[in-house]
Amino acid sequence: MQSDWLLGLIGGGIIGTAAAILLLFNGRIMGASGIIGGLVDGSGRHDWTERAALIAGLLIVPAVMVAFGNGWETHLTDNWMIIAFAGLLVGIGTRLANGCTSGHGVCGISRLSLRGIVATAFYIGAGGLTVVLFKHVWGII
Amino acid sequence: MRILVSFIVGGLFGAGLLISGMTDTTKVQGWLDIFGDWDPTLAFVMGGAILPMAVAWRITTGRKPVLADQFPAPPEPKLGRNLVIGSTLFGMGWGLVGLCPGPAIASLSFAGWEGVAFLIAMLSGMLVTPALRMRLDQKPAAV
Repeated sequence: MQSDWLLGLIGGGIIGTAAAILLLFNGRIMGASGIIGGLVDGSGRHDWTERAALIAGLLIVPAVMVAFGNGWETHLTDNWMIIAFAGLLVGIGTRLANGCTSGHGVCGISRLSLRGIVATAFYIGAGGLTVVLFKHVWGII
Repeated sequence: MRILVSFIVGGLFGAGLLISGMTDTTKVQGWLDIFGDWDPTLAFVMGGAILPMAVAWRITTGRKPVLADQFPAPPEPKLGRNLVIGSTLFGMGWGLVGLCPGPAIASLSFAGWEGVAFLIAMLSGMLVTPALRMRLDQKPAAV
């Protein structure tokens, strides 16, 4: 359990360092939903190569680590209806709010942005309530 | 050069997500499960990530990015309806499966068909959002 926290802190530090490099070098916010969403809806057409390069790194490096390491599992549900519904909610919600855990959470809170703090409060609150209802009240997940 | 930086940043981001356990949906749902067997790991991840970023924001004052003309301007401190509705919807989906956009990409190579299905649904949601946003913006706010 304690090693989980330590790994969390180390992994978090790496995530924050990545976001800091993108900000200090490219002058960009490392927000996953914005980077992906801009490619999907065409709003990020002008810098699509940078977006695609970031997504490639995000996809390839964990793939290599998993190939050489062991014990990494996502433990995703196999209920396809839940997966489809949740995927839609995450896609629509993050684009409507203009940010997700990385953009609003990491990059927003660290600059004490009111929008980032409020967004984070709402998605953690909604997430907590959802787990309570769907797991403990209804027993669906 | 900016493309190379983007790739390296994406790689570090992915490595950090994997090491921190954020590609494991049980850890994310465990953090949200305040009435169950609560797992505080995500708070350590958030704290660990916010620290270097807070330092980076400090450095930006009075400077220019190495490979760009200017730093992103602070967002207008406006708390619109879309921010609240969007974050609530996102939180519901996040709670249901335990994946958010970053880890959805980072775990794609080992998440099986479930991971691919989630990504397709998420991308579909992102695709329809501009149209949805236009409709929402046409409606006058209730408050």
